[in-house]
This record gives sequence, C-alpha cells and structure tokens, in this order.
Amino acid sequence: MTLLADQFQPGTFVDALRFIVDNIGFLLHLAGEQLELSLAAIGIGLVIALPLGLWLGHKHRGLFFAASVSNVGRALPSIVLIAFGLVIFGLGFWNNTAALVVLAVPPILTNSYFAIDGVDPDIVEAARGMGMSERQVLTQVELPLGLPLVIAGIRIATIFVIATATIASIAGGGGLGDVIVNQATYGLAGVVGASLCVSLLAFGAALLLGLLHRAVSPRPVASD
Amino acid sequence: MIVASGPVIPNFGQGSHCEVTNGFFCPEWVRDHWHDTLEPALVQHIELALLAVVIGFAIAFVLALCGLRYRVLNGPIGYWADFLYTIPSLALFQLLVPVTGITVLTVEIALVSYTLLVLYRNMIEGLRSVPAEVIESARGSGFTRTQTFLRVELPLATPTIMAGVRIATVSTISIATVAAFVLPQGLGYPLFIALRQDVFKTEIFAAGALAVALALTADALLHLLERALTPWMRVRRA
Repeated sequence: MTLLADQFQPGTFVDALRFIVDNIGFLLHLAGEQLELSLAAIGIGLVIALPLGLWLGHKHRGLFFAASVSNVGRALPSIVLIAFGLVIFGLGFWNNTAALVVLAVPPILTNSYFAIDGVDPDIVEAARGMGMSERQVLTQVELPLGLPLVIAGIRIATIFVIATATIASIAGGGGLGDVIVNQATYGLAGVVGASLCVSLLAFGAALLLGLLHRAVSPRPVASD
Repeated sequence: MIVASGPVIPNFGQGSHCEVTNGFFCPEWVRDHWHDTLEPALVQHIELALLAVVIGFAIAFVLALCGLRYRVLNGPIGYWADFLYTIPSLALFQLLVPVTGITVLTVEIALVSYTLLVLYRNMIEGLRSVPAEVIESARGSGFTRTQTFLRVELPLATPTIMAGVRIATVSTISIATVAAFVLPQGLGYPLFIALRQDVFKTEIFAAGALAVALALTADALLHLLERALTPWMRVRRA
C-alpha cells in the first residue's frame, strides 16, 4: 500500500490514454471481471429489493422501514462491507458479491417503495372500482406509473455498485481495481487509465438506464 | 491484492488465545487497543468528515447563490457532478497525491468535491421551491431583499437543505474510510492494516462497526438539529 506518488504532470493523462491503448486486452479482461461482479450483485439486489419495495409500496406499509433502509444503507462504508464480507465468507467471488448486494439494495428498495406509494390514490381507486384484482392494480396501474422512479433507483444502484466494485480488488475481487490499487506496478498513468475505464463503465451503464428511464416515462399529453 | 501478505497477527505470541488464533471477535483486543488505535482513528475520522462538510457547505452555498441568479450554470455543474460520482474514490485520492502530497489537503479536496454535489442540488431545489407569492408578500410587507432571503426563503428551504447535509455527512464519513488508502488517518487505517495482517477479524469488526456507528450517530444528531431549526414542521404534522 505504499504510494510512490509519481510526479503529476499534464502529460499523465496522455500517458494514461497510451496505457489504455497499449493494454486494451488486459483492461477489457479486467472490465469484464468487474462487470460480472457488478451484474451479479445488481441482479441479486433486484430479486431481493424490487418485490419487497413494490409490495410495501402497494400496501402503503413500512414507510419507516423503507426510509431507514436507505439511511442505514448509506451509512455502511463500502470498504467496511467488503472487509466484513471477506471475514464472513472468506476469499472468493461471493464475499464481494454479498457486500455489493448490501450496497445495491437500499436505493432499489426505497425508490420502488416511493414509486408505488406515490401513485395518485384516485387512479388506484378507479382501477379497483373497475373490478381489477390487487395483482392487476399493482402490475397494470401502479407499476407502469411508478416505473420511471423505479428505474431511477436501479440506475443509482448500478453506478454505486460499478464504482465500488473497484474496492473489491482489495479483497481478491479482481476487476479494474487490481490496477488502481497497484500504483507501484502500473504507475500513476495506469491508475488514471484504469479509473477512466471504471468511469466509462459506470457512465455507460448509467446512460443505458437513462435511455430506458426516458423510454418508460410518460410523454406529456398534447393539450388542445 | 493486499490480503495475502503473511500471517502477522498483532501481538503474536503475547496475545490471548482468541487473538492468536484470529477468533471471530476478541473483546480483550478492543479493550487493549482502544487508546492506541481505535480512539485516535475515531477522532481523526470525525475531524476529516467535519472539516469536509463545513467547507463543502460554504462552497456549495456560494455556488447555489450564483446558480440561483445565473441559471446557465446549472447544466455544467450537474454534468460535472455526475462525472465525479463515477470516479472511484480510491482513484481520486491517488490522483491528487502527486499534486498535494500525502496530506490532509489531498483527502479534503476529494471529500469536499463529493459533498458539493448533494449540497448544491438540495440548496438549489430548496430555495427554488419557495413559492413566488410568499416572497412577494414578504417584499410587499416591507422586507428588504436580504431580509426576505434570511427570514423567509432560507427558513422555508431548511428541510431540503438539511436533508442534503445529512446525506453529505453520512456519505463523507463513509468515503473517508477509503481515504486511509493514501493517508494513514481515520477509521479506514486500522481496517486496511487488519486486511493486510492476514485479515485480523477483531480489528476489522471494531473499526468497521465504529465507522457505521459514527455515521448513524451523525445522522441522528443532524435529524435533531433539523427539528430544532424547523419548529413549525412539527406543529403541522401534529
């Protein structure tokens, strides 16, 4: 963990780009590892948090729970989570996945709760009045209306998880963090280059989900 | 990978059975090392976070006042903030070291940058949500611009601003643990040491739990401050 602190020069960014070009295969491999870890964590996070958030929102129950989950989630430093994961699960793929799942759950849970909870009660009442079952109300009325907010939560979780998966390298998680924590070997240019790749990954994922967010957002109705 | 650097358990040979065998949690280690390891780290952590939030608040406030007057600024500031959040903190700290050295300044620049985003957004949003009629009636009843701002707009924006302060504080406490990668200070430092010393479990749990407890305590205290600053909110809710 000794930092040799290469002299920073404006040329560092040029060197960083050169590092990326020269090691593109290696970096792509690491980016693949990081993406694999992140996707596993987000996937598991979705399975846990999405149904729970939607159901609680539908029942308008557990406001305190939903709010506390997001508060407590924010208070858990990622490095602490990863260290805890390492102690509990031992070195491997799952220690980091578990830590990142804990990070992914709060934004997804809280946003899906508030998305469904905030749907106009008149609309929900009207849907019930038309004879829709509770299930239909949730899937055909509340979910489509709340979807933009739900996806916004998934977007936040994704940026969080991809950026934090870097730290997983400390606990044997692989990924681009392997370069970022190893300035002694790769130099500052390597650190900067690899972190540009992380930014690119996170930005790319955020962009994709942003497009999805836009696609599901209701378009303003043209008024006559 | 930092983990596999050999079995160096603190006090090897002199420690208790639990410490030597790296048991799940050894209370005696916490007792023995509270004063030389955990307490200083906790104090440093509080100092790092407090400084970052105070400076971040001051800068964000000035930026928000500019942003309110010149709306053109909002786009660029928003994009910059989005980009900043995708940079892994681990890399940002290292990036600054060659410029500012292994100093508190390095850590503070990174921490303050991260707080700005939340604080700025919430300040703008809070101040903008004050209804124009309210401002107009304050001006109509003889308040000067400054008075209107201090006595009407600012109090009405306080809940949103305080929500931002809470988020910024808690995330700063969280990110400050990573700062130990470049600066041997704060609760992240014992954590990194324990990770290198063959994953010494007690130290990891103790330092980690302290960091979480600190964040939750800060959040609770700020919540109380928010209630004290906005007594009218309680009346409305009752």
